[in-house]
Amino acid sequence: MKHVLEVKQIEKYYGNKSNLTKAIDNISFNVDEGEFVGIMGASGSGKTTLLNCISTIDRVTAGHILINDEDITKLKGSNLNRFRREELGFIFQDFNLLDTLTAYENIALALTIQKVKPADIDRRVKEIAKKLGIIEILNKYPYQVSGGQKQRIASARAIITNPKIVLADEPTGALDSKSSRQLLESFETLNKKMGATILMVTHDAFTASYAERILFIKDGKIFNELFRGSATRKEFFGKIIEIVTLLGGELNDVI
Amino acid sequence: MLFKLSIKNIRKSIKDYTIYFLTLILGVAIFYMFNSLDSQEAMLDMNRSTQMIVELLVDMIAYVSVFVAVVLGFLIVYANNFIIKRRKQEFGLYMTLGMGKGQISRILLFETIFIGLLSLVIGMLIGVFGSQLMSILVAKLFAVDMSEYEFVFSKAAALKTCLYFGIMYVAVMLFNAVTISKYKLIDLLTAIRKNERVKMKNPVICVAVFLVAVSMLGYAYYKVTGGIDTLGTIDKVAGPIILGVISTFLIFWSLSGFILKLVQSRKNVYLKGTNLFVLRQIHNKINTTVVSMTIICLLLFMTISVLSSALSLNRVMTKELEETTPVDINLCKPANLPENGDYTKVQIEDSKLPVSDTLKNAGMDMNALKDVVEVDTYATNDLKLKDTLGEVYEAAKAEYPLFRYESAEEIIKLSDYNQIAKLYGLPEYELNDSEYIVLCDYDYIKGTRDRALESGGKITIAGKDYVSRFRECQDGYILMTGGHTNYGIIVVPDSCKLTEDIKETHYLIANYNAETEEEKEEIEQMFVSYEEDSGTFIDKILEDNIQIDGMTKMSLYEANKGVATVVTFIAIYLGVIFLIASSAILALKELTENSDNKQRYTVLRKIGVDEAMINQSLFRQIGIFFLVPLALAVVHSVFGIQFALKLISVSVKPEQMLPSVIATAVFLIVVYGGYFLATYVGSKNIIKEER
Repeated sequence: MKHVLEVKQIEKYYGNKSNLTKAIDNISFNVDEGEFVGIMGASGSGKTTLLNCISTIDRVTAGHILINDEDITKLKGSNLNRFRREELGFIFQDFNLLDTLTAYENIALALTIQKVKPADIDRRVKEIAKKLGIIEILNKYPYQVSGGQKQRIASARAIITNPKIVLADEPTGALDSKSSRQLLESFETLNKKMGATILMVTHDAFTASYAERILFIKDGKIFNELFRGSATRKEFFGKIIEIVTLLGGELNDVI
Repeated sequence: MLFKLSIKNIRKSIKDYTIYFLTLILGVAIFYMFNSLDSQEAMLDMNRSTQMIVELLVDMIAYVSVFVAVVLGFLIVYANNFIIKRRKQEFGLYMTLGMGKGQISRILLFETIFIGLLSLVIGMLIGVFGSQLMSILVAKLFAVDMSEYEFVFSKAAALKTCLYFGIMYVAVMLFNAVTISKYKLIDLLTAIRKNERVKMKNPVICVAVFLVAVSMLGYAYYKVTGGIDTLGTIDKVAGPIILGVISTFLIFWSLSGFILKLVQSRKNVYLKGTNLFVLRQIHNKINTTVVSMTIICLLLFMTISVLSSALSLNRVMTKELEETTPVDINLCKPANLPENGDYTKVQIEDSKLPVSDTLKNAGMDMNALKDVVEVDTYATNDLKLKDTLGEVYEAAKAEYPLFRYESAEEIIKLSDYNQIAKLYGLPEYELNDSEYIVLCDYDYIKGTRDRALESGGKITIAGKDYVSRFRECQDGYILMTGGHTNYGIIVVPDSCKLTEDIKETHYLIANYNAETEEEKEEIEQMFVSYEEDSGTFIDKILEDNIQIDGMTKMSLYEANKGVATVVTFIAIYLGVIFLIASSAILALKELTENSDNKQRYTVLRKIGVDEAMINQSLFRQIGIFFLVPLALAVVHSVFGIQFALKLISVSVKPEQMLPSVIATAVFLIVVYGGYFLATYVGSKNIIKEER
């Protein structure tokens, strides 16, 4: 299958020579089209830095990142913005919805800035809203809906542009367990029924257990890789816990 | 420690609130400049009549300054209030660290004192230098010799400025203390989250309210322009004004909802680029600032109408004056004073003589005058205003109850009038034996007289019938007044039997027998300056209690110039203050909301909106926010200026209005536009991504 994302020996250093921190230390992996990949790691392990580099918010010190065969480490300025706008979809821990806009407008904005025809926008927003079960709240403002609904609005916004890859940063971080489950089920829908490629960063084993493959990161390096295969979600969850235990106590605390 | 914190806070916030600080400085400077007028160089070196005008001006400025101080005080307290609100989180942090409310109040106290002192000192410095410039301007206006220029500092104005602004700053301090004492820690810490609440209004109600408000405003506009005749008295004027204020408020209350609804129904505009974001930003802002928007709009409206009407009034008056003062002096005195005990024998005897005889008898050298024309006018109870109006009298009485219908018309013989007309450069007339002419140039009554003349306007004088030669009033007058205020004079053929006993007034019209301005001024002084027991002819005339009224070209010019100057100065003073107050409120509203905006623009960046698009939407957002109150204010002004000019019964042609409108527009664009640009640049810097 085609690689949507190719990460090639990237490194990211912070600080100066006398006090160098290697946030990412030679990481390489691929994500195929239609895959749902999770990245796990304790806080400070470098998982968020990795996501920031992939999402073009941050720059790598060395190495290359290819999305759909385009080397994003070489993109600059307006090209970078265009790339971010057209090829990537984002879901953030704190939703990042615009508080002055209704749900409908928040979702539509992702399309209007791509200069999509107004006639198409309406249809596409309603279509995606139906799939994510937020059609009833389209005319509500973010403060009028629950956290889970907010995150589903954010997901709709991320997916509506048909991005090559959806990058989710701790999407369940601000949600209660019921909302988390609903959101993750929505992710499964996006992934299975709409063929969206998802790369999700989390430190929560339950959240991670919805992914098909999990990369464990420790001290800026890939520590382990786990495939779900034909296992049920529950079995997969057990395996994740095993690895987490292996990784060290830190992660355990937050499960 | 607290002091140090205050200084650091100021340093930090001066960046954010440069505009507030600059406005304070500007306010202080303008306040000082206008209040120091009386001690300015140009003012000290003036003749007596101009000095009286200056005294009037200074008095007016003193009164207006109180009003200005109230406006500025409102601005400062208001601006300070929402700056404080914005700092809730900071105060919350102080309190969690264990600081008491008293200490926080003290931090704010230091800040206010510091900012207050700084703005006073800098503002005063600018004011002192600015007032030197103003001095030159004043000197030009009053034609004062400024060769002996001296640098002037007005202690009184400085003290007054310090006092007024001191009071304002003390008010701010008290206000802060009260605000702080009301805060609860939990509210302070959750302040940010609370700000996210967007007040919602039902769009259908918005549309309905908007339409109602627009029609209310339309009615108010009609009342002050087309239907102005129904507004007889001042208290009736209040109605449309209150209606205007209420509808302005309602328009802002419903405007954003209305526009939102409108734009949403046009998907091509709504779903294009960042339009929906900009629309929502404005919707949110106008929705939460209805009261401020109303105040700003009304302040702008006052700025525009005060400036443009005052400036055009000045122009119109000057032009009218040139037309209506063709000679140097007019004198008149009553004829045929009755022997009913009200008048002395000397007075009665004198009333039989022409004006020149009175002057000669009093010992005046008649060589001082040239081009002398002496005429008499007549009046009889057989011909009153109501008689001249004839058939239209009843209708006129219903419409204008205040005309003096029972007063006798002033009548003059044709040859007498033609003498005056020749001297004045007005058209001379010819009349058949049974014809007459009505001279009238006062718009207020002219229309009614014209209607009477349309059907011939038959009148009877001394038993003989006359008809009007023309179907309307002719321009012309006997006494110059510096304006078009001739109420009506009947010109009859010389053959008309006007007897001595109905003689009403003696007139003397002349020019000064002088070549240079200085000589003219000397003759003028003979007539206008008076000292008791000085032995001059004026003294003699006054001793005999003989009433001579007069009007001189110079006095008319001076009075007019005085009025024009006072009006212009007050207008500029008020205009500038209103304008900076409203611009500053707008700018501060925008800038203090930038912490919210920053978050929003960060989100936009994250979803891939590029910088050009972000700047564009920021520009549009601020632009529309500035334009909305201005647009309504301009519409208000179109009607308000017409109303103001009608109120003072000055007829101004549109082309006469144009230069002052352009001047006002330029002034507005510079100040308002300056604030807009400063706001845009400031906002751009604040939302800029920190890398």
